[in-house]
Amino acid sequence: MTDYVVELKNVTKRFPGVVALNNMSLQIKPGEIHGLIGENGAGKSTLIKVLTGVHSADEGELFVGGERQSFKSPNDAKNAGIACVYQELNIIKLLSITDNIFINKTIRKKNSRILDYSEMHKRAHEVMLSLGQDVNEKKPCGNFGMGIMQMVEIAKAVLIDAKLIIMDEPTSSLGEKEVEQLMATVRMLKQKGVAILFVSHKLEELFELCDRVTVMRDGEHIITEEIENMDNDKLITAMVGRTLDNQYPKIDVKKGKVALKVENLNSTGVLHDISFEAYHGEILGIAGLVGAGRTETCQAIFGAFPIDRGDVYIDEKKVTIRSPKDAVRNRIALLTEDRKGQGLVLSLGIDTNLILGNMKRFTKGMWLNKNIIKEIGSGNISDFKIKAPSLKTVVGQLSGGNQQKVVIGKWINTDADIYIFDEPTRGIDVGAKVEVYNIMNKLVAQGKCVIMVSSELPEVLGMSDRVIVMREGRIMGEIDRNAEQFSQETIMKAAWGGRL
Amino acid sequence: MENTKNIKKILGKLGPLLALIVLSAVLTAASPNFLTINNVMNILRQTAVNGLIASGMLVVLITAGIDLSVGANAVLCACIMGMFVDKFGISNPVVLLGAGILTGIAIGCINGLLLTKLHLPHPFVSTLGMKNVLAGLALFVVSTKTISGFPTSITWLGSANIFKSAKFSGIPVAFVAMLLLFVVFHLLLNYTALGRTIYCVGGNPEATRLSGINTDNILIFVYALSGFVCAIAGIVIVGRSGVANPSSAISPYDTDAIAACIIGGASFMGGKGTIWGTLIGALIISIIRNGLTLLNAASDMQYMVIGFVIIAAVFIDVTRNRMEAKARRLAGK
Repeated sequence: MTDYVVELKNVTKRFPGVVALNNMSLQIKPGEIHGLIGENGAGKSTLIKVLTGVHSADEGELFVGGERQSFKSPNDAKNAGIACVYQELNIIKLLSITDNIFINKTIRKKNSRILDYSEMHKRAHEVMLSLGQDVNEKKPCGNFGMGIMQMVEIAKAVLIDAKLIIMDEPTSSLGEKEVEQLMATVRMLKQKGVAILFVSHKLEELFELCDRVTVMRDGEHIITEEIENMDNDKLITAMVGRTLDNQYPKIDVKKGKVALKVENLNSTGVLHDISFEAYHGEILGIAGLVGAGRTETCQAIFGAFPIDRGDVYIDEKKVTIRSPKDAVRNRIALLTEDRKGQGLVLSLGIDTNLILGNMKRFTKGMWLNKNIIKEIGSGNISDFKIKAPSLKTVVGQLSGGNQQKVVIGKWINTDADIYIFDEPTRGIDVGAKVEVYNIMNKLVAQGKCVIMVSSELPEVLGMSDRVIVMREGRIMGEIDRNAEQFSQETIMKAAWGGRL
Repeated sequence: MENTKNIKKILGKLGPLLALIVLSAVLTAASPNFLTINNVMNILRQTAVNGLIASGMLVVLITAGIDLSVGANAVLCACIMGMFVDKFGISNPVVLLGAGILTGIAIGCINGLLLTKLHLPHPFVSTLGMKNVLAGLALFVVSTKTISGFPTSITWLGSANIFKSAKFSGIPVAFVAMLLLFVVFHLLLNYTALGRTIYCVGGNPEATRLSGINTDNILIFVYALSGFVCAIAGIVIVGRSGVANPSSAISPYDTDAIAACIIGGASFMGGKGTIWGTLIGALIISIIRNGLTLLNAASDMQYMVIGFVIIAAVFIDVTRNRMEAKARRLAGK
């Protein structure tokens, strides 16, 4: 008998051209919350896939409860008691909570093939209640928020009596309140003796939640340590293998004139009297909880979200923006929060994606000017340190950070004056984050105006000259970087309904 | 490793061409009449209409759309010209051609507007509806009669041959015209901003719109372009048969065109496809029909074989997408 619920010993997994896992070992104790971090491409996803039977390891051993296992399929892993809540939930939104929970293990009436819905509803309600969610299990999942849908996934894991539940970046799409609930649920599962492997990009969460933490880099195990013995710097150092002495390379730039002025932007039920100003040479942060109307505000300014009334002034001149086309003509750029869905054409090359915002610059008459495309494109690749074999590489094959740099490149090629960055560093690794910050610095140094929406408070505080806080479609107030109360606590309070 | 990848890539690109060559080789062995110069010209003649329609279909497919009204549109254009000849006694080729081409473009614009302004869920529905409307209209404008008596200036495009001699049936003008149009399409798709935008709309319409491009206008243009080539196809049909027959509006022009595009490497998912692939696809379909006729297979057999070829082509498309998705996943690691 061993002390570990799941143990990986010297596992190696190779893919054509890459070693995704190299001699990786991991031990998870029963009833512990085990953090797993690493930069994008460090091999976390592959590790999860080996644990859940999606991939089988080339070398090495896997033990579950002391017994050696070799999973042939995800079902084998489930039967052994390993469940996973993926970042992209496997929820069918049109089906009820009950249907989703029992989707592959329906309960039938005795000696018949008819489904026993009353029993399933009862059990679904019980298990959701046990996770702290008193919800109507007969309603379709799509009626609920991301938080509840995630709970449905956890409920599935609980119902198969999972010994280990893997959570892959479970908080990335949740609001603050939902994160709190998730953490409470995770702690409760721990009480019941379930081990949790918690994969996250957010260090604060790991410190708050985990007992131990494992850091991976380049498919290798770097360190496993009690969380008390670690701090931010140690974790980051372990992850990147070098000291990131400045995570937020903020530079000081002299503030210029008003670049963008928004007056009384209204959209029934979503935005109420949004008014603010943003200056040349300034990074304006917009903080708030998910659903506070930050993204809608950005999209409304950009002409991609309908408004009932409200005025927008650029350099003190009133402008009418009814479509993204109008916005681009007025030299506004919007980096959307949904990189893959709204930012990139994944099936096409880097070159095409780089020219998409400003075709005129890359054409002679109606013809594409391949020389200029090559010249500016190669410039973009070296300026933003995009790692790709060539300008023609299909964007879908790049890592998240490199994809983000391509989108940023697209907007910089439009030579806009006002850059709205909605969650510019979501889902990209620490190194790429710093590079994105440096690009923002370069922009404000050129006198451009940058507006940054972010759910990561340290980032908002680290990079903004001024922060406005939104809540329920309203602006709660603004704080200057030099003000005394420029802190996470003040912003959080405002986001939760306090006054600034 | 790199090498096998490259070979696979080249095979994927040359696959349709290889299929064309193998198919021709098999038919050459099976029938002595297949590889004769006059039969080859015959195949080219038969390819013209489908090739024309397929070129428009390709551009529509690249935007992840579909146009099922193409055949009915082409026949309607022919019948509109027939109406002018029959009811108004007009034989001025400029008026006739103008009427046919304007009809085709107008129908295409309507298809585009139905998609972009009425927000119908998928062009499958609106263009399928349009196909029936147009088939009805085609019958209506010529009072369900088959119209003949077109001036030779109209029938020239579909019936004339270059370098004709006693032994040589000549190179069909329609096929040459189609090739010229294909060159234009090639330039449009590969060397213009508009062409690049068309691929982007197919790859990710939302990202394209949010890059400041009016995607609605692009889509309307694409369907109008499809309507335009349908009108040209309609003129060729009139030339080949000498008549405008409204009841042929429901012939399977649409599926033949889609099959040509898919065999040639286009995808229902959009964002992919080349005009030269489509040319090969259209040739393959003509060769199958021609070969089956030479082998004395009746039309029942022809329909079945073409049907299976279409299913096989779609299967290849689906498999290809899956392989590419897998390659992307591995590369993303």
